[in-house]
Amino acid sequence: MIEVENLTVRYGGVTSLDGMSLVFEKGTCGLIGPNGAGKTTFFNVLSGFVRPVSGTVRAFGTDLLALPHFRRARWGVRRTFQTEQAIEELSVYDNVAMIDSPLRGAAARADVLAAIEFVGIDAPPLTRVGTLGAGQRRLVEVARAVAGKPRLILLDEPAAGLPGEETAHLAAVIKSIPSYSGALTILVDHDMSLVSAVCETTAVLDFGKLIASGPTASVLRDEHVMRAYLGTAEVL
Amino acid sequence: MTQTTAERKTDTTAAGLGWAALRRRDNLVRFSVITALLLFTLFGLPQLLSLYYTDAMTQVAIYAIVALGLGMLVGRVGLYSLGQVAVLAIGAWAAARLLFATTQPFPVVVVEAGLVTMLLGTLIGLPALRLRGLYFALITLMLSGAITVVLATVNFPNGGRGFTGYDGALLHIPAIRRPSIAGTDAAYFRYAVVVAIIMFALVFAHIKTRPGRAWAAIRQSEPAALAAGINITFYKLWAFALASFITGVAGGLLASADRFLYSITFHPQDSITLLAVVLMGGVYSMYGAVIAALLNSLLPAALQDWGVSQDWLTILFGIGVLQVLTTAPAGIVDQFPKDMKKLGRLLWRLVRRPVTAAAPATPGAASASAAPSASGASRASRGGTT
Repeated sequence: MIEVENLTVRYGGVTSLDGMSLVFEKGTCGLIGPNGAGKTTFFNVLSGFVRPVSGTVRAFGTDLLALPHFRRARWGVRRTFQTEQAIEELSVYDNVAMIDSPLRGAAARADVLAAIEFVGIDAPPLTRVGTLGAGQRRLVEVARAVAGKPRLILLDEPAAGLPGEETAHLAAVIKSIPSYSGALTILVDHDMSLVSAVCETTAVLDFGKLIASGPTASVLRDEHVMRAYLGTAEVL
Repeated sequence: MTQTTAERKTDTTAAGLGWAALRRRDNLVRFSVITALLLFTLFGLPQLLSLYYTDAMTQVAIYAIVALGLGMLVGRVGLYSLGQVAVLAIGAWAAARLLFATTQPFPVVVVEAGLVTMLLGTLIGLPALRLRGLYFALITLMLSGAITVVLATVNFPNGGRGFTGYDGALLHIPAIRRPSIAGTDAAYFRYAVVVAIIMFALVFAHIKTRPGRAWAAIRQSEPAALAAGINITFYKLWAFALASFITGVAGGLLASADRFLYSITFHPQDSITLLAVVLMGGVYSMYGAVIAALLNSLLPAALQDWGVSQDWLTILFGIGVLQVLTTAPAGIVDQFPKDMKKLGRLLWRLVRRPVTAAAPATPGAASASAAPSASGASRASRGGTT
């Protein structure tokens, strides 16, 4: 469970998150909103790349903002990036094993192999990632996210640029992340069919503020959400 | 759906196991080839070489360690250091001082020289680690110049008293001592090779485990490294410390190899040559360091032996670096086997053509590429049964 209260982030004069508050309970949760709504900024705050001006983030009873960024992986924060960041010169195994895991030795090795098997990468674990296709590389990133006892997994547009069948496979994987790892998973994506297929609950950001949250189906039908996405004029 | 995922699971496990087994066999072949080469270098080579070339090969062993350190910095962490020869000089100075001042066993002194260099190198590198690319190169070049100036003033120890251990009025300068088991040049060559092997093993152990993964991640994507919980500054510093340590150890070897040290032998410009040969050898592979050392230390000695002007080296290295930067970023160690494979394929095609004139080129190429792997596998299986 993650509770965010009154989170504000400014880049110079631009307010990217404006007193945002939200709560995600468990399972896979969606986070949607138009471009520039502050979704990636929120992820950057959680993974420690950006320091907020004000606000608190409590995740499973821990004050996340008090942890230095390089300690957060050990605590259990995982994330993927909009542009895939699998390390080309390392093998699939090493890409997943590079996570700062609390596990050691044989347990860590087994955990890494299990993560690779869980996401269903079609290549042997010692294949160099540079030789894999885009979809497989995405899966490598997801495997890295589920390895090493994660508690909070942040997926930033994991399906961007993937063809239909690979997106379907990825959706199945993402959907089973909570049951595999027990982590709270937050999915940012513009693909509404993916979000509605995967997420039980969804929150919507617009201009750095939470404008709706709740069960995915009802949120997607919410008129504020429609307005934020489709830009219906208020003057009507 | 569940059945297909189950199938997929067993598939990957089977493939993984198969590949692991294959890799082990591949490693066995590689391991035996390397062992054979090393045994030859240790026991065959000194018997075949003249004293002149034995000394040159000792330098190759020493500079292979230096090149390994620099290649690690460039290839793993993306730090282009132009001050490695100054770091080497620090190691040589510390070792020479300790060898004159104490009666400690030689290996202890060499490790101490490595540690002193690691400490100094890391202290110097600490502010520089915030910089990248050109700026890091410039800072290290300037530091190297500064160290050269300091060394020119302080001088290398020559058996004198005091902290610097230098006495300009000494008439009889004692030689820097060598380990008792490696008094002759051939024995010292073997000694240097063994130390180089240990240093290569040390770096190999780093590259294949957690630090190596961290370095690879940092080099490609610092955000991804951070997100994976890698402390970037710490691991960069670790790379710098390790490179400084092994360069310091090489300095220790150099002190006893040369027996008399002079500050004029450590030029800042040698650092630039060193970077050139390391780039030419290949920074992503440890074999590249050996090639770099051969280019750096054996080639000049050979040219001198043949009576060819050393100026050709400058030209050759200039062309070599240009070639690496434009067409072969992974250096000779990557390019040469590829070229040989291409040449082999070409020759194979030329040989095959008269026999099956009608056959298209592709099957010939396919069988050509399949042939070495098949023979490799059979060789490996034979190795396994014996």
